[in-house]
Amino acid sequence: MKYFSARIAIAAIAGAALGLSAVGSASAAQKPQKGGILNFVVGSKIPSYDGHRETTFGVIHPLAPFYSLLIRINPDNPQSATDFVCDLCKGKLAKPTNGGTTYTFKIRKGVKFHDGTPLTAADIVATYQKIIFPPEGIPSARKTFFRMVESVSAPSKYTVVFKLQFPSGAFIGALGNPYNWTYSKKDLDENGYTWHQKNINGTGPFVFVQHQPGSFVEGKRYAGYHHKGQPYLDGYKAISASKMAVRLQAIRGGRAAIEFRGFPPKARDDLVKALGDKITVQESDWNCALMTTPNHKVKPFDDPRVRRALTLSLDRWGGSKYLSNIAIVKTVGGVVFPGHPLAATKEELQKIAGYWPDIEKSRAEAKRLLKEAGVAGMSFEFHNRGVDQPYKVVGTWMIDQWRRIGLKVTQRVQPSPAFYATLRKKKDFQVSMDFNCQAVINPIADITKFLGSAGNNYGSFEDKVLEDIYNKLLRSGDVNTQLKLIRQYEKRALDEQASGALTLWWYKINPHRSFVKGWKIAPSHYLNQQLDNVWLDKKLM
Amino acid sequence: MYAYIVKRLLLMIPTLLGAAVLVFYLLRAVPGDPCEIRLAGTGLYADPAEIELCQKNLGLDRPLYVQFFEFVGGYFTGDLGDSMWTGRPITYEIGLRFQLSLQVAIMATIVSVLLAIPLGTISAIRQDTWIDYVVRAFSIAGIAIPSFWLGIMIILGLLIITQQWFGTPWMPPIDYVSPFEDPLANLSQLIWPAIATGYRYSAVATRMTRSAMLEVLREDYIRTARAKGLLEKLIINRHALKNAMLPVVTIISIEFAFLIGGLVVTEQVFNLNGLGKLFVDSVGAQDFNLTQQLAMLVVLIFIVTNFVVDLFYAWLDPRIRYA
Repeated sequence: MKYFSARIAIAAIAGAALGLSAVGSASAAQKPQKGGILNFVVGSKIPSYDGHRETTFGVIHPLAPFYSLLIRINPDNPQSATDFVCDLCKGKLAKPTNGGTTYTFKIRKGVKFHDGTPLTAADIVATYQKIIFPPEGIPSARKTFFRMVESVSAPSKYTVVFKLQFPSGAFIGALGNPYNWTYSKKDLDENGYTWHQKNINGTGPFVFVQHQPGSFVEGKRYAGYHHKGQPYLDGYKAISASKMAVRLQAIRGGRAAIEFRGFPPKARDDLVKALGDKITVQESDWNCALMTTPNHKVKPFDDPRVRRALTLSLDRWGGSKYLSNIAIVKTVGGVVFPGHPLAATKEELQKIAGYWPDIEKSRAEAKRLLKEAGVAGMSFEFHNRGVDQPYKVVGTWMIDQWRRIGLKVTQRVQPSPAFYATLRKKKDFQVSMDFNCQAVINPIADITKFLGSAGNNYGSFEDKVLEDIYNKLLRSGDVNTQLKLIRQYEKRALDEQASGALTLWWYKINPHRSFVKGWKIAPSHYLNQQLDNVWLDKKLM
Repeated sequence: MYAYIVKRLLLMIPTLLGAAVLVFYLLRAVPGDPCEIRLAGTGLYADPAEIELCQKNLGLDRPLYVQFFEFVGGYFTGDLGDSMWTGRPITYEIGLRFQLSLQVAIMATIVSVLLAIPLGTISAIRQDTWIDYVVRAFSIAGIAIPSFWLGIMIILGLLIITQQWFGTPWMPPIDYVSPFEDPLANLSQLIWPAIATGYRYSAVATRMTRSAMLEVLREDYIRTARAKGLLEKLIINRHALKNAMLPVVTIISIEFAFLIGGLVVTEQVFNLNGLGKLFVDSVGAQDFNLTQQLAMLVVLIFIVTNFVVDLFYAWLDPRIRYA
């Protein structure tokens, strides 16, 4: 436990350091000012309004401010992966009882939906019933996150109880997912489970005003918001802009003050050069990792020696230095988000194939393995996604890295729909780019990506040893046991079997107008988007 | 004439049907579907059961011929279906963008006509003088420069110049305001894409006007008009220009049809919420319903425009009579 606490402390310090790596002035000591409209740009489209159903940040950024969550990542400390606080619940976060299988939450009184309906525990239960146990025909994108949940109930008007089938370290993270918007039971009962796809009624800091599809979403301040004194803004306008150049110029030209997803390093430098101290930059590690997936059904990638050779040839430590100047990647890490208490230390990482400090030794071993497997100097096709940042940039770097062990690699780039069809249906690839992008940092849930049985693992393999380690991990409530099991899992997935390989973790860069205050960068573009603590410094406008 | 009109209208039906078959099947030949994009496209875990449910809810699990008949049947029932991405009616999605696209097309056409006809005419009248050379260079540059590149240059130019002159960079608005709500804001947004596309569009029309005018100015009837002492202004305006307009009208009309749905990149550059951007978004999301209706709309616009142009010929040149 001591080890875990020390790791939490280090993570918190690292997080704070990252969050404060700002070019402009810090805002912590300033008193928030009320008023003003925040204009921001969003690079993705809104499919439906139902957060329970959708997976894109194009829903989160413009619509999350209309809703509240039962619990959320602390908006004043979003860098911490473990600092969850109550939003609609009351007081400190509930500690589990009954051996870690029961979570009881007291619900705030006096909270009202925007249509005036009072919020009770029944609304929370109805919301989570929809997310975890949706009726037949009703989609729920994250119900598998709650595999450990047995039931959700409301023993009293303001008490909610979650009963788990087994204790799980993944539960709180799943509960704090930013898509778990609280809906009114009345809306669900009277209008059905699809009503929220086209209608909005939440308890969030802002009230829906209008949505012009493809153009913008507008919200105005909700006077009855349950966090006293908030929100500070009078309203906001989320302007849709699919092209990065438009979003960048919009901030430069004053049409928008911020973009919450992130820009590449060059864009940050251009903005800072053009606007100087009128721009503040916040940077952070990003809970997205770029990976490669060999197709285990295709020879010679069914041979672990060949897969190990592929990962051994990648100079991650050197690549981090150069690629971070041109792409949205930076940090070298294992299966767990870097800096998280469950993540591998640098020393632990350097024992894994492909992370050795001596790249020449690593490449010599890669060549030996290829020779031993009888495929030295082989050719293959690398399948990549037709998106520049960071896929094509990193893909091109990887091809060069593989060339250094004598491999001849060509690249097949496909637009997103065809790329996914290849991975999921056609499976006619040899080695493919892949990625693992998550909202809340919830390592025990996030690392399922490396399991052959996972729906989003496209390697077509079975690894019973890895599955067994994971099943023990999922059912472990003890942090030290979790740490031990995760290291075994990491070694098995990335080294012994090299069933998939991580390249670099993404790096989030948010340059914004310096008058935007209160918003703190999180390690995910899905997090901390309710905007209730954001304010505008009128002196800087 | 009436028989010709009816025949042309009837001929539109097999053309549209052929286009419908092509659009429907080609779209589905591309790998992937909207559910894959919606649930797996972000890299988050996508439950295969959820993807199947999504496909079932959108009717993608039904045989292709059933989906095709539903698509074509929509034209008879007046129900074009819903977008597979947003769930909203397609008529609403298209209607919302049509106003902007039409306005940009009209403005770009005005810019183009205002540039092309005077420049092309002057260039022809002053053939092989410095004026002709300047106009030709101007029009060749217009053909060579892609309108999206010009758009990017306009935005960057505005940002740099306004920052240098006023200390604060300015760029055109990036969200649409209706001209009926705020005409000035509307104009400050749409004038720039209209210039960027209108210039390119004018370049082709300028060259066409010039060559058509040169041809007409060498005709016998122009020589006769000059011989009988008619004013040069009248010769140009009344006898030469009107007769030179036939190919120019064709070019302008086809370009106009293209502008309504084809400003794909320019709309992206200026962040215009028009039909071109909707097209890109719907293709990117593999929204089959919306993409096929947009493609059919473009086909319809081209067919109707060509039909109107043919009728317009008869007005321009009384010798043309359709039987």
